[in-house]
Amino acid sequence: MKVVLSGNEAVARGAYESGVVVAAAYPGTPSTEILENIARYQEIYCEWSSNEKVAMEVVIGASFAGVRALAAMKHVGLNVAADPFMTLTYLGVDGGLVVVTCDDPELHSSQNEQDNRHYGVFAKVPVLEPTNSQECKELVGTALEISEKFDTPVILRLTTRISHSKSVVFLGERDDGAEPHYERNIQKRLCLPAHARPRHYFIEERLERIREWAEEFHGNEVEWGETDVGFVTSGVAYNYVKEVFPEKSVLKLATTWPIPLKTVRDFARKVDELIVVEELDPIIENELKANHIECRGKDPIPICGELNPAVVRAGVTGKKPKAKPAEGLPPRPPVLCPGCPHRGVYYALNRLKATVFGDIGCYTLGAHPPLSAMDTSVCMGASITDAHGFLKAMGDKAPEHVCATIGESTFVHSGMTGLANVVYNDSPLTTVILDNAITAMTGHQHNPATGFDIRGNPAPMMDLESLCKAMGVEDVRVVNPLNYKETHKALKETMEGGRPAVVIAKSPCVLLERVKYDKNVVVDEEACSGCELCVKLGCPAISFADELAHVDNILCTRCDLCVQICPVDAIVYEEVEG
Amino acid sequence: MAVTNVLIVGVGGQGVLLASTLLSKIALDAGLDVKQSEVHGMSQRGGSVSSHVRFGERVYSSLIEDGTVDVLLAFEKLEALRYGYTIRKNKGVALVNDQRIDPSPVAIGLAEYPEDRIYPELEAQAANVITVDGLGLAEEAGFAGAVNVVLLGAASGFLPFTDEQWAETIRSTVKEKYVDINLKAFELGKGAVG
Repeated sequence: MKVVLSGNEAVARGAYESGVVVAAAYPGTPSTEILENIARYQEIYCEWSSNEKVAMEVVIGASFAGVRALAAMKHVGLNVAADPFMTLTYLGVDGGLVVVTCDDPELHSSQNEQDNRHYGVFAKVPVLEPTNSQECKELVGTALEISEKFDTPVILRLTTRISHSKSVVFLGERDDGAEPHYERNIQKRLCLPAHARPRHYFIEERLERIREWAEEFHGNEVEWGETDVGFVTSGVAYNYVKEVFPEKSVLKLATTWPIPLKTVRDFARKVDELIVVEELDPIIENELKANHIECRGKDPIPICGELNPAVVRAGVTGKKPKAKPAEGLPPRPPVLCPGCPHRGVYYALNRLKATVFGDIGCYTLGAHPPLSAMDTSVCMGASITDAHGFLKAMGDKAPEHVCATIGESTFVHSGMTGLANVVYNDSPLTTVILDNAITAMTGHQHNPATGFDIRGNPAPMMDLESLCKAMGVEDVRVVNPLNYKETHKALKETMEGGRPAVVIAKSPCVLLERVKYDKNVVVDEEACSGCELCVKLGCPAISFADELAHVDNILCTRCDLCVQICPVDAIVYEEVEG
Repeated sequence: MAVTNVLIVGVGGQGVLLASTLLSKIALDAGLDVKQSEVHGMSQRGGSVSSHVRFGERVYSSLIEDGTVDVLLAFEKLEALRYGYTIRKNKGVALVNDQRIDPSPVAIGLAEYPEDRIYPELEAQAANVITVDGLGLAEEAGFAGAVNVVLLGAASGFLPFTDEQWAETIRSTVKEKYVDINLKAFELGKGAVG
């Protein structure tokens, strides 16, 4: 049967067909849908782990038990998981183990555009790159096979345009893998210096054996055409090369680490000029040049941003594209949804002129005007620790109002250790935990603080208030962020309190439930003074025209925030007739 | 068969992704190769959204090269203009839902909505610019959220599929209780284009 699947859906299907038994991930765009789709296959144990390091360690444990396992994460997630991963390469595997990394060229939804093929080079493990959804499915199987054959973890590297592009996939049946089995073997699984030292020799030699395998692998494929130019390419870039230069010869590499150098040399000999087209960093190009294979790569093809057919054409031909975007149009940036509970917190922080250390999630949108209430955002969990370091450095010169804001999922991911550090090293820092009962930005996934597991079944729910108290925070307050006065008061008092404090702003994500309203929110035109204070909430349901505020009741969720902050009580409720 | 390029654009939350799913499915069921590309995450929070759909005998790139869009399906006017330059010059078609949704910089007074530029600039680029009252027709069909299917109906005359194929795709894709509304939305959209 053939269906249209996204790359992520196809990876999930590949895990199912290849007999994966355990799968773990922390959500992160563009990787999230891999585990969401694996959750549909009851044969696979799967979980949202509390972060990527945890997910990596979970699948290492599953591999110890002799079964096939898969971990999925966005590119920066592999940074979090790098500690276990860099030792995993020494351990090797029992059951096959594949790490799926979804890179985000163009930073569609990320804080950087790192090229995770470097992790393959770094850890000396194979990297496989699919060019479409069918290959996503097949290469999961290949990855698990070579993982077991060569005693190595394998990286399957997708990019946004592979993860989120849909193409035709032929479905197969599940091949149940090995039964779990275990025998103690500390030489292999206990990485003491004495055990690990010989493994370094092993992994160097392993890489060369994998290179020999790659020379024969059918995924590294030549499509002959005209030979004045030959392209070496991989991943999504292959499609752009075929689209723009269908008549030229192409060597498509499915294994971008280690590179099958003999295959490339043979190809290079038969074409007049070799051009490497790869997205982001010159991994292939540098390896070819290091082995004296003459080529061009990042000279014509940009290193920054994602590629597309126009960019590849312009790079190779040197001709600028004719089609140019219209100039001077207002941008349409993403915004906090109407009724979003984060708005109350950021509006209050704006009014308090606070210096706000931000984190990763929907609430990063609080940085945009008119809320403009965020100063920094670095990586998962960094709000608390960056703020702590800032306060220690600033000492008496610190601004009056400083806080860290972090969502409940991010807090569990890597904020808890930061908070322990704040208490231990005594910072006068207020940490605001934005508890909207879901991992929202990535499209609503559960986490240890929501009370549900990956399949929506009830699960133990972390009590954030008790946790913070147990960590030694004496001033812990829970507020409803849609109650403006209460929120403003708690933030002001804690930020002026001179000791570690936590404010838990608790109100569910507005997208969790759709409600039919019996009241509309209207502006009393007689009373409205045109002060535009409500406009400063940055709510998509509120607009301002002809000196008056207007509320769009299709978008409005009756969160009440504008009603509370209007200084002349001009925003009021009106019964819906009928 | 040459590859057909359809670019669907709008504002996060308008149903752009369902429209591209329907279009991909009808192409697959017609025995064609098809690719679709979209972006999730940040852009869905009321931001500008685009989805590329390409179908034909063999499709490589899932992204459409600028200047080669055959049909631009715009759910919002400003977004129509933003992506207008991608249309095949004097050959492609623009179908525009005649609806204005202010982006946040306009709503808070930092920028102006380019009302007067939209249709002249689109007409200078496309062979044919068609406007549709998507929201009005969707409400007439019984569901304001059916704008996406109204627009597919409007575009159907420029796409190589029969009405029966469309009806079958709608029946097999949307939830049963919404089938009749969507079929009506499709008819109304189709009828709106003379």
